[in-house]
Amino acid sequence: MRVDFPPFLSTLINHINPYQLQQNMPISEILFWALSAIAVLCALMVVVVKNPVHSALYLILTFFAIAGHYFLLNAHFLAAVHIIVYAGAIMVLFLYIIMMVNLQEAQVDKKRNLFKLASVVSAGLMMLVLTVAGQRADLTAVTNSATEIGTVESLGTTLFNEFLLPFEISALLFLSAMVGAVLLSKKSLQS
Amino acid sequence: MTILIFKIILVLAVFGLTMLIAMYSTWAERKLSAVMQDRVGPNRAGPMGLLQPLADGIKMFTKEELIPEGSNRFLFIIGPGIAMLTALITGAVIPWGGDVSIGGESFALQITDINIGVLYLFGVVSIGVYGIMIGGWASNNKYSLLGALRASSQMISYEIAMGLSMISLIMMTGTLSLREIVAQQDAGFANVLYQPLAFLIFMICAFAETNRAPFDLPECETELIGGYHTEYSSMKLGLFLFAEYINMFISSAIMVSFFWGGYNFPFQHELGLSPNALATVQTVVFFLKVFGFIFLFMWVRWTIPRFRYDQLMNLGWKVLLPLSLLNIFVTGVVMYLTGKLN
Repeated sequence: MRVDFPPFLSTLINHINPYQLQQNMPISEILFWALSAIAVLCALMVVVVKNPVHSALYLILTFFAIAGHYFLLNAHFLAAVHIIVYAGAIMVLFLYIIMMVNLQEAQVDKKRNLFKLASVVSAGLMMLVLTVAGQRADLTAVTNSATEIGTVESLGTTLFNEFLLPFEISALLFLSAMVGAVLLSKKSLQS
Repeated sequence: MTILIFKIILVLAVFGLTMLIAMYSTWAERKLSAVMQDRVGPNRAGPMGLLQPLADGIKMFTKEELIPEGSNRFLFIIGPGIAMLTALITGAVIPWGGDVSIGGESFALQITDINIGVLYLFGVVSIGVYGIMIGGWASNNKYSLLGALRASSQMISYEIAMGLSMISLIMMTGTLSLREIVAQQDAGFANVLYQPLAFLIFMICAFAETNRAPFDLPECETELIGGYHTEYSSMKLGLFLFAEYINMFISSAIMVSFFWGGYNFPFQHELGLSPNALATVQTVVFFLKVFGFIFLFMWVRWTIPRFRYDQLMNLGWKVLLPLSLLNIFVTGVVMYLTGKLN
């Protein structure tokens, strides 16, 4: 199942493929490229398509592709939680809201000049940050030997031993956010 | 290579069996409702109406296909497809029986034993709502949309209680692999003896997740003329309805695996059977247990009237959710007191 890339492409692949899989595990490599292509294409479509429901559906596909990447990195727990939380809960509520308010293409009115300026500036800043981050980033490979770092067992042991305090504090934060959301959704505090 | 061939055969067998059981569930449901309402039920096609599912299938496939004007064609077609997909892929992690040995090699009667099996199940359950939502929205019909919205809020609400009720079981078993959960019940007793409350909550949530009566609000015909599948016709409607029966079968299999000992039965190792014979008997026992639950699903449907929407939400959020949290707490305390916690 080996795929032969042209020379310039394989140099590129050697440079940016974070898994360094091409020597021993070609099937993972094929999966890596397929998932990457899906993720990037769908992420682009989220921005490009006009219909908000279609945007949301493309975002869900992007989430699935990224969950596939987590699987390739042996981070099973992260992959499963990514699907359950993002694709299964958050995006369902998102779709729910979009369908309820029934946004249509026609309602997207023309942007004012200030908006255009703001988006150009923020996109430029984003570009700057990404370029610098890309230059500084360490792109040498993660050795994809059978690491156990992302499995449920090792994750649980780490979270509940090394990072117990931050874990509990973030749990409290979530709880307070939940209470806040319930309070906000009440029509009047008396009832 | 043999393992690959075996797995392919197993996948096909599970797929075929799931379809067959779902087909005959429709027949059983009609016969059962007929008995409960003092009628005869289907009795024209074949002996005792046994060919009725085939006749239904032929009718569904040959009916005229309508795609409503102003609907989103692609999403309208893909909606029932997603519903079927999410109904079928759950079967991959269910252990259907013990190990069989063919030509000296031992194979497990399970398509894949991933170490996050329980999370995989919840992942599939959580994306199961998309088929209904996409289908309902793409129909461009307000009743379909209302049905889809009801389905999504109902399924999200009951998913939470379902997940929390499972946590107490996972605390006890200490594993997320379904095969291991079943194996532990072979060594000890069925989990339902230790976690009766978790089982009850899980079963109620399973009824809600499969959109079966008394939780069939997404399609309640008196208010919504069929809900999310109002605009669907021919086999696309058939797929939506069929997915419900597959979901019923699969969630019965999950309940049996989690709480009722899976394919194990009492005194199975005292019978002195050879491994292959034992595996066969175990699979038969597993399916008998599953049929029992399918019967329960149907019995409830033809006995209990439908909930009102506010009753449904109150039950989910104000009864099942606190109860499952309480169950987690009690499980933790009992585990601490009996020294199971290290």
